[in-house]
Amino acid sequence: MTRKDNNPIVSLLSRIVSPFIMLFALYVIFHGHYSPGGGFQGGTMLAAAVLLIRLAAGREISQLQFKKSWGTPVGSVGVFIYFFTGFLALLMGGNYLDYSFLPLGLEAPVTRGWGILSIEIGVGLAVMGILVAIYDDLLEGEPND
Amino acid sequence: MHWQLEIVFFIVLITTAFIALDVKNLLVAVVTLSVFSFISALLYIVMGAVDVGFTEAVVGGGVSGILFIVLIFKTSRRSSD
Amino acid sequence: MKYVNYLILVVFAGLMIAASDNLPNRGDANAPANREISPAGSKGAAYYYIQNSKTDSNTDNMVTVILADWRGYDTLGEETVILTAGLICYLLLRKRRKTDDTKR
Repeated sequence: MTRKDNNPIVSLLSRIVSPFIMLFALYVIFHGHYSPGGGFQGGTMLAAAVLLIRLAAGREISQLQFKKSWGTPVGSVGVFIYFFTGFLALLMGGNYLDYSFLPLGLEAPVTRGWGILSIEIGVGLAVMGILVAIYDDLLEGEPND
Repeated sequence: MHWQLEIVFFIVLITTAFIALDVKNLLVAVVTLSVFSFISALLYIVMGAVDVGFTEAVVGGGVSGILFIVLIFKTSRRSSD
Repeated sequence: MKYVNYLILVVFAGLMIAASDNLPNRGDANAPANREISPAGSKGAAYYYIQNSKTDSNTDNMVTVILADWRGYDTLGEETVILTAGLICYLLLRKRRKTDDTKR
């Protein structure tokens, strides 16, 4: 983070561990229908995987993975996915956030399941983007962050 | 149901809370606070609220510790009292 | 000063223990929050959730259905709170390079 010399053990271990954390986070998001978990937990674990690389490797290498200016737009896109899923149901003639009116062409319970998956993805993107953005804003202006 | 396990968890919980209040080095306090969050997540899971325990483990043990460490490195290291 | 802190802690712990004395036991089937029929005589909310979560949304996890489908407005408000926190951090902590003419 603020240290100049890189410890090779910490750097190598963080690079090995971080993709597996991301894989488990995607499992938590997409398997939230059947097991404990969901968008919030999975998004926080995605943010933790990104922040692990940021803590261990320093500025230049972590910018290759997730740029500093991407955090707030990714969070806004996540909230927009959530909002637009509810608004699409409103446009198709139902109540706001009533997923059985989504235009998927399936029966009502299956459509509601897919609507739940859509908003879980939105929640995960929002939480991940905002947590990484808060970290980057806190370290803004450091010489070697 | 698992009351022996819960008593062990409560004892460790209160001990980590007092260590986090008492210690001078703020980095040690942050790590002890993460341990506190993790033990409370285990307590939630023993009580049957698996989703709440998962959220507590991920947020309290992962991200809030990282943010506290960033704030400590941006300010001075040791406590003043 | 330290002893005052510990005194406040002990008094607060005693207060919490005394307040938790009248709560029902955990997992008590006869507690009003866990009963199928509410004290007013109607079916409770938990009864509807447990009976209809699988047939309504084709989802096994009851907590996901409650958080994302039936209480969707709540989760939308939560996301708005998180987005607002991120935007406030952006506005307070990010330095504006274009309009900043004084060197600091």
